[in-house]
Amino acid sequence: MSDVLLGIRALQAWYGPSQALHGIDLDVHNGEIVTLLGRNGAGKSTLLKSVMGIETRCTGSISLAGRELVGLAPHLIGRAGVAFCPDDRGIYASLTVRENLLLPPVIAPGGLTEAELMALFPNLAARAGLAGSQLSGGEQQMLAIARILRTGARLLLLDEPTEGLAPVIVERIGELLIQLRQRGTTILLVEQNVHFAAELADRHYLIESGRVVDHFNRDQLVRDFDRVAARLGV
Amino acid sequence: MTEVFGMPLTVIAGQTMLGLVNGCFYAVLSLGLALIFGLLRIVNFAHGAFFTAGAFGAWMLFRYAGVGYWVAVVVVPIVVGAVGAGFERTLLRKLRGLDPIYGLLLTFGLVLVIESGFRLLFGSSGQPYPVPESLRGTLQLDFMILPLYRVWVIAAALGCCAASWWLVERTQLGATLRAATEKASLTQSFGINVPLLLTLAYGVGIGLAAFAGVLAAPILHVNPAMGSNLVIVVFAIVVIGGMGSMFGSIVTALAIGVIEGWTRVLYSEASSTVIFVLMVLVLLLRPRGLFGREGAT
Repeated sequence: MSDVLLGIRALQAWYGPSQALHGIDLDVHNGEIVTLLGRNGAGKSTLLKSVMGIETRCTGSISLAGRELVGLAPHLIGRAGVAFCPDDRGIYASLTVRENLLLPPVIAPGGLTEAELMALFPNLAARAGLAGSQLSGGEQQMLAIARILRTGARLLLLDEPTEGLAPVIVERIGELLIQLRQRGTTILLVEQNVHFAAELADRHYLIESGRVVDHFNRDQLVRDFDRVAARLGV
Repeated sequence: MTEVFGMPLTVIAGQTMLGLVNGCFYAVLSLGLALIFGLLRIVNFAHGAFFTAGAFGAWMLFRYAGVGYWVAVVVVPIVVGAVGAGFERTLLRKLRGLDPIYGLLLTFGLVLVIESGFRLLFGSSGQPYPVPESLRGTLQLDFMILPLYRVWVIAAALGCCAASWWLVERTQLGATLRAATEKASLTQSFGINVPLLLTLAYGVGIGLAAFAGVLAAPILHVNPAMGSNLVIVVFAIVVIGGMGSMFGSIVTALAIGVIEGWTRVLYSEASSTVIFVLMVLVLLLRPRGLFGREGAT
C-alpha cells in the first residue's frame, strides 16, 4: 500500500463540555477511498470536522502528509490541501450556483476547471445564475462536490453525500467518486448507506461512541456483510 | 400656485431635495452599519463616534496642517478605517461568539471615550469647516437655490452606495463576504481567511462612517455630539431596511430622509419622531425589516 496521506492518532474531540471522540487512530493512504461507518451520533461527522478544525476542540494528532493540523487555523488546514463537503451540503442561499462553485479558492494545481465541471454537471451549467437554495437536493449535492473538485485538494472529506437522495442520483455520485479515485484523489467518506460504501471503498472503519471498534478492507466487508450490517442497524 | 396639503409645491420640492441630502448621510452611515452587522453580528454603537472622528479628522488636517478638503476626503476615511480595523483586531475579536450585548457595551464605551476626548480637546461648541472653493456656487432650480456642495454630497453618497453595492453583490470578493456572513466556519474551511475578512469589513464600514463625517463637516458644525445625534436615526433605518441588508439600508435611508423633509413641512412637530413611528410599524408588521431575508432578525 502507498504512503499515508492522513494519519490520526489518539484524537479526542469536544463540543463545548461534551466529549464526542475518545481516542481515534486511523490512516488514509494516498489514492484510497476510506469510509467511516457507524450509527447516528457515533462521531463520524465530528471526526471530519475535527480534521477541518471547525466547531470542535481537539487533542491528539492529525497529520496530512506529515504536517500536523491540530492547532492550525481552519483556513490554513483548507490551504494545506483538505476540502470538506458537509452533510447539510453547505450550499450558500445568498450566492448563485456559479458563485457557490467559484467560492473555494484553487489551492493547488490539478483541480478541474470551471468548464470541465460544467461539462461534468450539465444541470449546474443550466442553472448557473439561480440562487443555490433553488436547486433540488440532488443538484445541491452535485454542487457541493463540484465546488471542492476545483480546488486541487489532495484529500476530500465527504459527509454522507448520498443522504436523502434518489437512487439514480446515488448511482451518479458513486460513478463520480470512482472517476475521482482513478484520477488519484484520496477520499475519506462518512456513509450510513453500507451497500453504497461496500461497492466503492477500499477500506472501512467502524465507529461507535467516538471510538474505532473495527477495521476491515473491501473483501472482509463483503464476507462479513451481515454482521457489519447488523452492527449498523441496517 | 399648485398646492399639496395646503403647502406650495415649491416648498415640498425644496424639502424633498433637503431630505435627500440628509438621506445621503443616513445612507452612507447605514451602509457601513449594515455591512458590519451583516458580517460580524455586532451592533456597532461606535459608528456615530467614527463619523465624528471623520469630521474632526478633516477639521484637524485643515486647522493644523493646512490640508484641504479634497485630500481629507480620501485620507481621513482610510486612516479612521485603519483605526477601526485595529479596534476590531485587538478588542472586538475577543468578544466573538459571546452574547451580542458585550459588543454593544464595548462599542458604547468607545463612543464615550471618543466623544469625551474631542470634548476635552476642542470643547463642546462646534468648529466651522469651510466649503471647498470649487463647490461654493449654487444651482438655480425652479423651486429652490441648491448649494453646489449639497449636489456634490448627493452625488458622492450615491456613488459610494452604488460602488459598495456593486462590490458586495457583483464581485467575487463580495460573494466571499456574503458566504462568510452565511456560513463562517464552512467558508473558512475552504481556505478563506474569514477573521481577516471580518477585520477588513469592519475597517471598510468605519471608513464609510468617516467618509460621511468628512462630507458633513462643511454642512454641520464639527462638534463632539454630531455622530450621536445621527446614529440613533441610522440604527432605526437599518432596522427598517432589514438588519444586514445593504440594499435595504440604502433605499430606506433615502426614503427616510425625504419623509423627514416632508413631515417638517406638513407637521413639523412630528419630524423627529416620524422615523421611530415607522420603525415600530415595520417591527410589528414585518419583523425582519422591509428588505431583510427570511430568518434574519
